[in-house]
Amino acid sequence: MAFQDLAAIFIVLSPGIAAAIAGLGQRVLGDKGSMAITTGILVLAAALASVVFYNQVFGHHEGPAHGHTLTLMRWFDVGTFVADWAIRIDTLSVVMMFVVTAVAALVHIYSIGYMADDPHRARFFAYLSLFTFAMLMLVTADNFIQLFFGWEGVGLASYLLIGFWYKKPSANDAAIKAFVVNRVGDFGFALGVMALVFVMQVPAEFLGADGKPTVAYLEMLHVEKYSSIGFDTVFNAIVANAPVQPIGATSAVPIQQVTFDFLGQHVWGLEVIGVLLFIGAMGKSAQVFLHTCLPDAMEGPTPVSALIHAATMVTAGVFLVCRCSYLYEHTVVAANVVTVIGAVTCFFAATVGLAQNDIKRVVAYSTCSQLGYMFFAAGVGAYQAAMFHLFTHAFFKALLFLSAGAVIHGMHHEQDMRNMGGLRKKMPLTWAMMLIGTLALTGVGIPGIEQLHYGFAGFYSKDAIIESAYASHDTFAQFAFWLSIVAAFLTSFYSWRLMFMTFEGKTRADHHTYDHAHDPPVSMALPLVLLAVGAVAAGGVFYSAFVDHHQAEFWGSAIFNGPENHVLHDRHEVPFWVLVAPAMAWISGLVFAIIFYLLAPSVPRKMAAHGGPMHSFLSHKWYFDEIYHFVFVRGAALLGDLFWKVGDKKLIDGIGPDGVTGVAKASAGGLSKLHTGYLFHYALVILLSAVVFAAFVLLGQGR
Amino acid sequence: MGELPILSVTTFLPVIGALVILGFRIVAGANFAGGASKGVALVVSLATLAASLIALSRFDFGASGFQLVESAPWFAGSSYKMGVDGMAISLIVLTTALTPLCILQSMKSIENRLADYMICFLILEALMIGVFCALDMMLFYVFFEGGLIPMFIIIGVWGGKNRLYAAFKFFLYTFLGSVLLLVALIYMYMVSGTTDIVALQNYPFTKDVQTWLWLAFFASFAVKLPMWPVHTWLPDAHVEAPTAGSVVLAAVLLKMGGYGFLRFSLPMFPDASLLFQPLMFALSVIAIVYASLVAFRQTDIKKLVAYSSVAHMGFVTLGIFSFNEAGIQGAIFQMISHGIISGALFFCVGVIYDRMHTRDIAFYGGLVHRMPVYAALFMLFSMANVGLPGTSGFVGEILTMVGGFQASTWVAAGAALGVILSAVYMLTLYRRAVFGEMTNEKLFDIKDVTPVEFFILGLLAVGTLVLGVYPSLAFDLTKQSTADILRLIGK
Repeated sequence: MAFQDLAAIFIVLSPGIAAAIAGLGQRVLGDKGSMAITTGILVLAAALASVVFYNQVFGHHEGPAHGHTLTLMRWFDVGTFVADWAIRIDTLSVVMMFVVTAVAALVHIYSIGYMADDPHRARFFAYLSLFTFAMLMLVTADNFIQLFFGWEGVGLASYLLIGFWYKKPSANDAAIKAFVVNRVGDFGFALGVMALVFVMQVPAEFLGADGKPTVAYLEMLHVEKYSSIGFDTVFNAIVANAPVQPIGATSAVPIQQVTFDFLGQHVWGLEVIGVLLFIGAMGKSAQVFLHTCLPDAMEGPTPVSALIHAATMVTAGVFLVCRCSYLYEHTVVAANVVTVIGAVTCFFAATVGLAQNDIKRVVAYSTCSQLGYMFFAAGVGAYQAAMFHLFTHAFFKALLFLSAGAVIHGMHHEQDMRNMGGLRKKMPLTWAMMLIGTLALTGVGIPGIEQLHYGFAGFYSKDAIIESAYASHDTFAQFAFWLSIVAAFLTSFYSWRLMFMTFEGKTRADHHTYDHAHDPPVSMALPLVLLAVGAVAAGGVFYSAFVDHHQAEFWGSAIFNGPENHVLHDRHEVPFWVLVAPAMAWISGLVFAIIFYLLAPSVPRKMAAHGGPMHSFLSHKWYFDEIYHFVFVRGAALLGDLFWKVGDKKLIDGIGPDGVTGVAKASAGGLSKLHTGYLFHYALVILLSAVVFAAFVLLGQGR
Repeated sequence: MGELPILSVTTFLPVIGALVILGFRIVAGANFAGGASKGVALVVSLATLAASLIALSRFDFGASGFQLVESAPWFAGSSYKMGVDGMAISLIVLTTALTPLCILQSMKSIENRLADYMICFLILEALMIGVFCALDMMLFYVFFEGGLIPMFIIIGVWGGKNRLYAAFKFFLYTFLGSVLLLVALIYMYMVSGTTDIVALQNYPFTKDVQTWLWLAFFASFAVKLPMWPVHTWLPDAHVEAPTAGSVVLAAVLLKMGGYGFLRFSLPMFPDASLLFQPLMFALSVIAIVYASLVAFRQTDIKKLVAYSSVAHMGFVTLGIFSFNEAGIQGAIFQMISHGIISGALFFCVGVIYDRMHTRDIAFYGGLVHRMPVYAALFMLFSMANVGLPGTSGFVGEILTMVGGFQASTWVAAGAALGVILSAVYMLTLYRRAVFGEMTNEKLFDIKDVTPVEFFILGLLAVGTLVLGVYPSLAFDLTKQSTADILRLIGK
């Protein structure tokens, strides 16, 4: 077995083992032992992942990189619903393995300092490692079901970590909200998988006598075993436009031309699968409509926010779309949905970020917005640029979160920026780290001059996305382009607002807190410095491999671009003004922030105090929470009560067991009870007939 | 020959145990028998488990049809005929594996008339095993209806305050179903001249006859399962039943409904099954969504778990009536998985009920501070109940939905909605009972799980995880039965 394979097995499985040891053995090991084991294993995994990643980037390939899969164990084998526990090793999974283990290891180290006073540290570290394990299972899956295992596994870990301080009602609420909102996305994902199985049935002429696909069919798809939910089978079938025979179809159809009835609509098969899977991605990656859990998730300890809600879990949706480039390259509607939702999110979240006062929530909305960038990049076909931004973003956003954590730690758990200010002198290191993160996030660099193409990490990746959107020329891509320029301006404004409100001016903190404010201890400072190195250098060093000259060899078969998709090439030919537009955006954002928060800080304060519809609209986050609470939470409670108290108690029991005795009593005693009894009889009969009728009409005629 | 009739041995071993305890009770008095019954019941239930495992070891996974068949003439043309397929034997092992755990739990928590209780319990076990072994309709009917009596007694004698109302309701519903089932059985015998299940599975009933017979069977199985709208007996029965009674009720008795559909309704009345497919789908989805929403509003922890059972059994009927491999394999798996998970959840409820004697969710809160091990186990089973991948709950749900999708996308979408709702009610329950501050002073001295409780819950935890990660353990058993059923309905 090659080094790479052994390393991958260790990288993926060891955090799971670490979690089990720390979780089950915490009484024996104690806090120190649990922390040492989990952190040690994670550091080792990160080191191995770095080597594997280094080989992938700088290793000598003969032509484009090809992936392969290590099969660990059979999981499902029911008809064509076949899935293994497996580790898929290709460029996408190697990049993700590196990002996940690197950030996870740093967050483990950081947490040693950050959680030093917490009585439940062992549990915390077990959860962190559990999360890392689930995330690694997600990114190394070779089929949709293992991906879903990781997908829900990170959801569980996120639920446990957000609710880590389980005494706090707000933390409990946020944890449940996160899990449930994720499940709404998973609803789409699961339906997407079901639709895939529905479509991916072997045509009758390719079925052998044993009911299994013939060798000829398997060869057409370049797979050894047919699996309607396996990446290889599905993606190869799409590229080859192989014939499939969806359930109920009388003959084989090329997969790209498949149509079927979905919820009463006649739809294109791949389009509907693409949209459904993307709904899953929206839930995981906090895209607009399903974003409401991300800011609340800040109730968890800050290292959690850095790991889960910045660098890794929330990017899983982007990863999914990039993993499915084979699918989205063959869809029009689904890809456009990705573009539009991504673009709207990048703009929407940036506007909300303007009016937040909680330091972590500003960073959270910023994450939401940056994820929007990644999505519309994938939507316009620049999957490589999306992955590149995912990669650089992991460094600078984790840096921002952990720096925010350092501020909170140094300020005795104060998170409101209105009670900060003037902290630069008190915590110079934290200030410097936050500054680097801000420069990387806002995309500071020198655009437009090829010889001087230098900048912070975000500069390379974000500009690549914005240029790709422009180069794509499609109407939706243009929409995304303009929104992304505005969002870049807003990003710069709220980021510098955060910097200035926290570190500059006269302090608004109380005496005691301010006097005791301090830079973090070494265990917390070290991860910050390492992440800062990434935030500075990750863009320039990997630019060529990820999105420029060497991208085709680097990504190999992991990402597919259709023959008409030249967006990564065309982005070099955009006009000069497009190249400098992002720089104009961040410069003007900085200027406005200087005016409002350094020169005339009384103006925004007055604006906030006066309120006004715009301010309350933004500070209430466009009223999403209020509307959702009213419609869904109250709605579910209302329906639940209705079904229980009226449906079960009055109707069903009233007529059934209680009714029998009730009728007997009533006929003896008086007629009034009998009447109400009749009333419910009628109601039940009507209800039941309606159900039976609807069942036969709606469900009887096919799908 | 020379070999023991292993199915009969498995079925009647518990009866022998019950007779021994009865003997002690008559000879040495109730007090002595109470003490002795613990050991006897445990040993006998373990022996039964061993016998069922021997049966499993003799079972040929790859062969089609029924195996380990035993047959002897009985009365009036019916015969004492036993035999199992993969589906039946997996449900038998579920039963024999859970019973020792139930007996272990009952030793501590049943405080009066322990010997009588153990007798009831062992007879209940025998009848449950018999249901899954019977290959003759009359024999099946005897086991199927006979099982009601010990359950009725367990609820009525060892139940809570409202036990009479619950027992009465339980009786009323199941009685209605039973009468119709019996009428149908007699009619089938008169038409076909046999009560042999294998023969009846191949007997060509006309379409009209199928419709009426299907409805009669439906009345019985729908109540057992239970399906909406004949589910309201279940929450009351669960609330009043002692812990082990609830466990067996949820884990095994409900499965008889699903088993009945797969053994009788589908193979014997394929045309009628197809005719009623839309109705079954509608009732399944209603059960999933309706029961989940009702569960969300419960204040009684056992009622919540009971409504959750109704929702999860909706997935079973959904899978069964999708008439395809994924759906039926998924439905059988969901029955086994739900047996473990709901059993475990009722054990979990029992742990705190034994300590505090209340099922009011509001009474609890903050249990994690005093009972960390309990909290971890309860979390695991909650997650299994919401169908987290990696637990057995996921396997059954995804397969039944995949199967359902192939028959109707509406149905799959409705069922998937239930997957969201299950997270809502389960996490809300967990949050209210286990997380949060501990404010109720009465809870301050509550103790974490005892070694016995840990053993019981730990085994079930291993069960749900192993089946979740390697479900082929069950699929290998049920693959051939599924193929047989699909062949009989001509799909």
